Amino acid sequence: MIAIAGLFGALLSFVLFAWLIRDLVRLGLPHLSWDFLSGEVTDAGRSGGIAPILVSTLGILACCLGLAIPLGVGCAIWLSEFTRRSGTAARIITGGVDLLASVPSIVFGLFGMVCFSQTLGLGFSILSGGLTLACMILPLLVRTTLTALESLPSDLRPAAAGLGLSKTTTTARLLLPAALPGIVIGITLGIGRALSETAALLFTSGYSTRMPGSLSDSGRALSVHIYDLALNVANGGAMASSSALVLLALILVVNSAAVALSEHWLRRRASAP
Amino acid sequence: MLLAGCGGKESSGTIMVTGSSTVAPVVADAAKEYEASHPGVRIEVQSGGSLRGITDASTGVADLGMISRALKQDETAKLTAHTLAMDGVCVVLHQDNPVKQLDRQQLIDIYTKTITNWKEVGGNNATIVVANKAEGRSTLEVFLHYLGLDNADVKADVIVGENLHVIHSVVGNPHTIGYVSIGTASAEEKAGTPIRLVITDGKTPTMESVKDGSFPITRPLNIVTGAETSPAAQAFLDYLMSTEIHGIVEKHFFVPVR
Amino acid sequence: MASSRNTSLSRSVDRVTGGVLGLLALVSGGMVLLILWHLFAGAWPAIEAGRLGAFFTDAKWQPGSQRDPQFGIVTMLAGSALVTLLAVVLALPVGLASAIFHRFYAPPLLERWNRRIMELLIGVPSVVFGFWGLMVVVPAILRIAPGTPGQSLLAGGIVLALMILPLIALTSQAALQAVPSFLLQAAAGLGLGRARTILSIALPAARGGITTGVFLGLARALGETMAVVLVCGNIPQIPDSLFDPIRPITSTIALEMGYATASHKALLFCAGLVLMLCTALLVGWISFRKNTADSAIGGA
Repeated sequence: MIAIAGLFGALLSFVLFAWLIRDLVRLGLPHLSWDFLSGEVTDAGRSGGIAPILVSTLGILACCLGLAIPLGVGCAIWLSEFTRRSGTAARIITGGVDLLASVPSIVFGLFGMVCFSQTLGLGFSILSGGLTLACMILPLLVRTTLTALESLPSDLRPAAAGLGLSKTTTTARLLLPAALPGIVIGITLGIGRALSETAALLFTSGYSTRMPGSLSDSGRALSVHIYDLALNVANGGAMASSSALVLLALILVVNSAAVALSEHWLRRRASAP
Repeated sequence: MLLAGCGGKESSGTIMVTGSSTVAPVVADAAKEYEASHPGVRIEVQSGGSLRGITDASTGVADLGMISRALKQDETAKLTAHTLAMDGVCVVLHQDNPVKQLDRQQLIDIYTKTITNWKEVGGNNATIVVANKAEGRSTLEVFLHYLGLDNADVKADVIVGENLHVIHSVVGNPHTIGYVSIGTASAEEKAGTPIRLVITDGKTPTMESVKDGSFPITRPLNIVTGAETSPAAQAFLDYLMSTEIHGIVEKHFFVPVR
Repeated sequence: MASSRNTSLSRSVDRVTGGVLGLLALVSGGMVLLILWHLFAGAWPAIEAGRLGAFFTDAKWQPGSQRDPQFGIVTMLAGSALVTLLAVVLALPVGLASAIFHRFYAPPLLERWNRRIMELLIGVPSVVFGFWGLMVVVPAILRIAPGTPGQSLLAGGIVLALMILPLIALTSQAALQAVPSFLLQAAAGLGLGRARTILSIALPAARGGITTGVFLGLARALGETMAVVLVCGNIPQIPDSLFDPIRPITSTIALEMGYATASHKALLFCAGLVLMLCTALLVGWISFRKNTADSAIGGA
């Protein structure tokens, strides 16, 4: 019974998503080519390519991860290793992070527009978009890192302390490498979430389709481009599907890179004396 | 020497243009052309709605604002409108819907739910699904102004934001009635989307009938300027107002004015 | 001697590390206050004008009407709540079933591929889901219920369910994977069949993790914008049936923000604030429930 129900659920979700992807492929695949990936956006996206948009997207992602990983992982390490979890400070910070997880993405957009673009004077820029997304994926990173650290064998820490290792050394040399696979899962989830976000970026990183020259330039993310093509540019549907396929491929590449990087790093550590 | 000096002055700096999502793709394309022939000039085009164009141009956040309607009386004190192109708003139905024309009174009755079945206006026996635009959209203001209705009078079944969302709604449900920019509707119809542009008060919605002013529901697409305009922005504005951009305007299915 | 100097050195290193990390934690935890403060500042003009009462007493939402402006958001709160609830009700059984299948029945290769696909699907932009919903789900609903608008509570629920399905499936699977294998072996040793083991041992043990997944899904669905705005119909009303259109709060913000005058904008900030407070209450309640449940299990 359970096996049949499980199979049914797995099949149902698979079929639904296969349907979605099939529709994307049918509409979008004919336009995919090297010229599409390397070309400038012309005619509001109805023709040409998406090269500047890919660059902007990667720039936004880099800013986002550059802020979110140190903050999120640092916060989780502090909560797990450097303070009592039941203490008041830890409880307040955990509560704040959980509350942050419940902020709707469009509210992040409003916040980013006022805080980063206007108050901090970053304007419409890749930096401003990346920082806004960093706030958005922060709770995801804190939670997954925390779970990874907490699921480590509990005898690691007293053993390390017995050897006279400092907490800093224990964390850097023992705990973090052991928890790395879990942290990487959190990062890949965060990457997916950041790359798929539209609402928060419309108000922060903006609409410009020019190849960005620096992080303070406005740059249109792929998700925003897809939104504009699907809802604002007549006859943009096919190009929207092509861009969506590129976005999926990009997520696949970035996620695989993150996993491969962490595995490579772990292997090198393991083989080092 | 003098000419060179002038050229140097007007061809440097960044020009900020914000506002209507309908106008933004046209100006973005024009900006690309302009930048190519004026090295040193950067034009930032940001969309976000007509009201944003008004606000940004009057506060000076943007050099130029884009709006997809005429200026209202209380706005003319601070801003000046420069018409970039004309656009019409037309009613769209599914191709399978046999209704080919509607007059103003019928539209009023449909949008206030006095008429609720397509057979009352010569169509099939099916309930009419009324699609209305969201609060604040220029197409909504233009359309309701034509019908003489307040938005509170309209009884809608579906409220949508963008022009293409209206068209997708009509395609997804053949009993839907909606209204969109003629430019968007013509482009989609030409691409084979199963929609029909409805003859309104006996006038066929085409770019020609918008151009000669015979189509009853039209709106200007405007660039607005505040109290002061920088020389660089003025030069770009002059370019937008020239005949050079007619090709771009027509490519986006709008009607050039000069 | 050397060892004690070493210890004091490592103590001070730890103090520095702890300080830096504590600072990072403070920034992370305090971020939400910054957001609340900005929202509050944006909403202040509306609160000052005494519109907050009208939020809950007015029957309709028509802030732009010249003749009869009304600012009621109760219908939109109900819309947000209903569509989110429906999405979770639809996604949870499917996601859980899929997780059980991949944890206990599927070969490891299939399990790994499934996980990669699910991670990929989390990254599909919501506008793609919404667009697909408009083209596929809405016409399907019209075949079941001809004469309705099609864009409806049901359409929104289905599209949102699809969006949160990978999240729920992945977290449930992780939770099931974390159930200690000795528990399962013990159950098998007692002669329980695989189905019984799953139902009475694995699922209860994984309850905490599954709840976390559901809660992440709930928060994602409540905050979702671009997908629901395309398929919900966006009529601010309390629906009579699954086939009636509804309007969630996020739709209103997305539809009207770029087109709002100053006072209208403050109202939208206010609506965002109300939505966030509601979500916060939900989160607080669930984590409270979860904590008590955990301590009950721990105590037993």
